[in-house]
Amino acid sequence: MADITAASIHAAKAKSRSTAERHEARNALILSAPALILLLLFIVLPVAGVVFLSFTDFELGYSGFKFVGMDNYTELLTDRTFRQSLWNTTVYTAIVAPVSIFMALGFAMLIEAEGIGRSFFRTAYFLPVASLLVAMATVWQYLFHPTIGPVNQFLALLGLPGPNWLGSAGTVLYSLSIIGVWQSVGFNLVLFLAGLTAIPRELYSAAEVDGAKSAFDRFRLVTWPMLGPTTLFVTTISIINAVKVFETVKTLTEGGPNKSSEVLLFTIYQEGFVYLRVGYASALTVVFLAILVVLTFIQYRVQDKQVHYA
Amino acid sequence: MTSTTLNSAVPAKPVKRRSAANSFTTGRIIRLAILIIGAIFFLAPYIFMLSTAGKGQSEIFTSSLSLIPQHFAYIENFAKAFTRVSMGGLLLNGVIVCGLILVFQVVVAIPCAYAMAKLSFGAARLMMALIMLGLLVPIHATALPLYVAFDKLSVLNSYVSLVAPFTISVFGIFLFLQFFRALPNDLIHAARLDGMSEIGVIVRVIVPNAWPAVTAFAIFSVVAHWNDLYWPLIVVTNQAYATPPLGLLFFRAAEAGDDYGALMAATFIITLPLVAAFLLAQKRFVEGITMTGLKG
Repeated sequence: MADITAASIHAAKAKSRSTAERHEARNALILSAPALILLLLFIVLPVAGVVFLSFTDFELGYSGFKFVGMDNYTELLTDRTFRQSLWNTTVYTAIVAPVSIFMALGFAMLIEAEGIGRSFFRTAYFLPVASLLVAMATVWQYLFHPTIGPVNQFLALLGLPGPNWLGSAGTVLYSLSIIGVWQSVGFNLVLFLAGLTAIPRELYSAAEVDGAKSAFDRFRLVTWPMLGPTTLFVTTISIINAVKVFETVKTLTEGGPNKSSEVLLFTIYQEGFVYLRVGYASALTVVFLAILVVLTFIQYRVQDKQVHYA
Repeated sequence: MTSTTLNSAVPAKPVKRRSAANSFTTGRIIRLAILIIGAIFFLAPYIFMLSTAGKGQSEIFTSSLSLIPQHFAYIENFAKAFTRVSMGGLLLNGVIVCGLILVFQVVVAIPCAYAMAKLSFGAARLMMALIMLGLLVPIHATALPLYVAFDKLSVLNSYVSLVAPFTISVFGIFLFLQFFRALPNDLIHAARLDGMSEIGVIVRVIVPNAWPAVTAFAIFSVVAHWNDLYWPLIVVTNQAYATPPLGLLFFRAAEAGDDYGALMAATFIITLPLVAAFLLAQKRFVEGITMTGLKG
């Protein structure tokens, strides 16, 4: 019955609609034209450009270029700097992403459970997110200074030897990771707090009735699954942001000492904008972009499989 | 089951049931201790920044753990910071660049998102595909061809080069699109019956109703571009166009050696505007991050 009325209304409107529809479509096209043009100009064309350039030997300052096929990519395979850079980025990400996720989750649960000082703690933890990273990296450089830095002075008080945090090849990546964690926990924490607040209270009572007696049981049965979508999002964005580490490296170490803090974006920056080897840097960029595509693809796959409770 | 162990496990809203709110049991003391140690870790850099910005050279080398300077050298250090690099100029550049970027992004994204959410047209599917693709692509991936093009056009070292690549924010379109879809169609039909043009609908109906999304996006955009170092580092070599992060790099280069007092004063000046904005409008910031975060 409802179908029939809907269909007849459909038919009646059809005639007058085609002109109105065309009018609407034209308006829509006009409204989205600026966005479409800029999208093509600043995203689609440059991405096509970077793929194109990766097959050439283009260098800035030299006119003309020739196609070199896969040469840039084969050079990548044997490039020690690139391998080192890929490895360092992986290590940095493997530290910063999990630590900042679990620290954020832990602190979020503690803040949520605690009555006093909620907004103070949230503000304190979030402050690094709102701070200029280049500036705060400079402060960390002072904190990590091998002789006059407060961290090592404090360790000396305890009778412990302080490492040369940012200055030695063995520790530099870990020091950068500490800064990375410090900078990103607040962002994740705010998202987890929002996720926790959205969990209906009754679920906890229900779980308790059903025999979830211990705190861990309730976490496992209610909190963790209910936070699923938030955790997935936080994980993806944490990994992607860690892969994109650049500011601290550029400001504090320039990839050193001895390439021990060389990371992907810094290598691209050096090759492309310092040595001006645009062709080779483009190949590096394509690899970087491929990593981002794979990470996002994995996120979508997990998202599809995930059961949504909320 | 005591109410304390329950609280430590269950992230509870401040419910009345927490009779232990005023009593300090062991569990609660541990919880507070962890939170306070965490807060010290996150706040320590700010405390040392403020403390060191007031210390003279010799004091920095002798006693870095005492937080209150013995001889206040704030005036000296801040004077150095202000004279070596034009701090006012840096901050002004930051405001101009972030302001222009935000205005362009909003003016371009809102009509597009409106068209995609509320009007039907053939290119909508293509647009959606492009936007999903665009969400993946950061400036780091497009920087090389853009740099080559800007170099050919001789627009390096200008506001144009700093702003142009960011005039389109696919994330902005995506966020507004989600928000606009939730607005009732009747609202728009009523406005059209009143004889409003599509532009009129956007300016007088959509934008006022989408204000939370606009503020959230504004915060997201300003924080991102105020902090961005990569692109300014590439296109700007002339100090006159340096944004705050780039200016601080110039300052560090000019300040060879370990003049940490002046350096901390400079970092303080550069960090202050955004931190102050955050402290004043905390609620909006957190809402903004939550909204842009969860939907992005």
